[in-house]
Amino acid sequence: MKWLSWGGVSILLSVFWGWSLFAKDQNARYLIGETTDGHHQIELACNSCHVAPFGGVELIQEACTSCHGAELALAEDSHPKSKFTDPRNAARVDLLDARYCATCHIEHRKDETHAMGVTLPEDFCFYCHEDIAEERPTHENVPFTDCLNSGCHNYHDNKALYEDFLVKHADQPALGVNPHQPARNLLEQVIAEQGFVEPMTQAGADHPASLDVSSAILDDWLQTAHAQAGISCQGCHQGKDADDWVEKPGLSACQTCHQMEAETFMQGKHGMRLAVSDELPLSPMTPAMGRLPFKLESIDTELSCTTCHGAHRFDAQKAAVESCLGCHNDEHSLNYQASPHALLHELEVAGQGNPGTGVTCATCHMPRLEGARLQRSKPEGSELEAKAVQVMHNQNDNLRPNEKMIRSVCMDCHGFPFVLDALADPELIRSNFNGQPSVHVKSIEWATER
Amino acid sequence: MKQLKPVTTISGMMKATTFGLTVASGMILSGCESEPEGISPQQFTDALHKVMESDRAVYTKQVVNRLAKDEKVIKASEHFMDEKALPLPAQMFRFGAEMVASKTDEFSYSLQSLWPINKQNAPVTEVEKTGLKFISDNPGENYYSEEELGGQKYFTAVYPDIAVAPVCASCHNEHKDTPRSDFKVGDVMGGVVIRVPLGS
Ligand code: HEC
Repeated sequence: MKWLSWGGVSILLSVFWGWSLFAKDQNARYLIGETTDGHHQIELACNSCHVAPFGGVELIQEACTSCHGAELALAEDSHPKSKFTDPRNAARVDLLDARYCATCHIEHRKDETHAMGVTLPEDFCFYCHEDIAEERPTHENVPFTDCLNSGCHNYHDNKALYEDFLVKHADQPALGVNPHQPARNLLEQVIAEQGFVEPMTQAGADHPASLDVSSAILDDWLQTAHAQAGISCQGCHQGKDADDWVEKPGLSACQTCHQMEAETFMQGKHGMRLAVSDELPLSPMTPAMGRLPFKLESIDTELSCTTCHGAHRFDAQKAAVESCLGCHNDEHSLNYQASPHALLHELEVAGQGNPGTGVTCATCHMPRLEGARLQRSKPEGSELEAKAVQVMHNQNDNLRPNEKMIRSVCMDCHGFPFVLDALADPELIRSNFNGQPSVHVKSIEWATER
Repeated sequence: MKQLKPVTTISGMMKATTFGLTVASGMILSGCESEPEGISPQQFTDALHKVMESDRAVYTKQVVNRLAKDEKVIKASEHFMDEKALPLPAQMFRFGAEMVASKTDEFSYSLQSLWPINKQNAPVTEVEKTGLKFISDNPGENYYSEEELGGQKYFTAVYPDIAVAPVCASCHNEHKDTPRSDFKVGDVMGGVVIRVPLGS
């Protein structure tokens, strides 16, 4: 009898766990530990990373590179896998297998995870660069815990930190001669691509006759680049068939023209839940699911294109500050309004500052990028590609390590030495750059003195 | 000379020589005629090296030396993307080696030196150290050996890398990270190390 009941219980348990293994909505049972801030949004879409049941480290690696590979290539990764596959590095690989992302970034170990999602002890540079002081006497007494968190080096992205770059920009003043961000030019791109486009008038709106459209809505639309580019109501609201009317067009409608914006939106924290495979569609992100401080009144707001841009007017000003502050409630965000950057923005909006001199949340976190840095939809190497300016919608693209912002954003306006110090000063970042850096990164002196 | 195990059959070789090595495959084939059992690792690496050495000399003379030193129309720079310049000969070589590594593990190669600008190009294994010393002490000769790395046995060949053009010497001599500044045309500046895994 005892054996029988043991057997019964075992069978029941294995049926239950077996069922929940294959019932995708039961995935939470299999989470083996809290996920990192980078992946928690998609932690229930297990197969985003665990591509197949018995894949092993190679398949996990493939999953890493399928999302992060292109970005690493653009960053001219200082430690690409190819540096470690040569047999002459076998002894190093024995110490630290840098061929695989998961050697340093182990998932599901939130307690051991520190900055940049790294799960190794902070001084891991030591493994290969133990004798650095022989080559660089300035490094003699620098502890290995400082390599990566002093504003001097990154493991992957050193595009703004390599020695010749430091030397080349060592003498720049804190503010450049003509500080401004590039102007957006999507409409020009569309015109260049399609030849002449006829701007719309109210007569071209083309909404179903049965629909009572307010003049405010029509007015909003007429003022947008959409009307300028010849996009009627149907352009966004039309469904699969000509007489299908979609009440609230979503990402998929925007995406037909704004591929790059949609693609980068889904790479970032705002849209990544929508990028996950169709097998287990996830609901859009809401602040409630986030791990940052958010405003209570917007805690359940779902994030799609119109959440930030609004509909019909598609007010870029609103999307650049107001929408962000509608949800974000951390100190850096709250201190924006009183910052020198915000003042510049107010002046520009009031017509008292030159175009491009205002600095909004989006200026830094969703920067306008020029040329090939972003383009995936234009023919590679074409003139169109070289001139295009597009808005990076992955707010995470340049966020961490923050030296990624140096070239894509800060140096549009500021000189390099100032930027290096400012970004190394957590207190200054907290106050939203209200003041001068109180931290000094010595790398430029060290480089110029050699 | 020890013969390669069946892994390195002609078809394996052909697969391995991924970067269009007409010279190399020609030599492999003729090598086979006299030695029906297969070709030796040394014949394989010698052939590979002929191609590498020639491509490297052509790039340095026809591109870098001509455009950067003689005609002065463009610079060669380690940061060729930022500087809109020519990649250095050593980078050209390494990019090729990395591309080969992404396609096959039947051989691998790298450029090294006892007087490296980039400290990562200093010899690491005992065979590399002895080999680089040997080729600089015995100009005109190559060095061949075997070694075990990460549990795998390798045939390792070290070939002299010579200053074939004036820019080779001048660029190295003037570089702020160089440990040696008296290179002249014809000097052995370093070595090309080629490895072939042996057996299984
Ligand atoms: C314009 C400058 C320049 C020219 C021309 C040049 N080199 Fe180099 N060379 C370098 C630099 C810089 C490195 C280190 C690059 C690296 O590893 O990223 C290097 C690397 C090397 C290495 C590996 C060891 C080391 O110093 O790091 C050898 C060997 C070498 N070069 C030999 C040559 C030879 C032979 C030529 C001519 C065929 C040549 N170089 C031409 C700048 C140059």
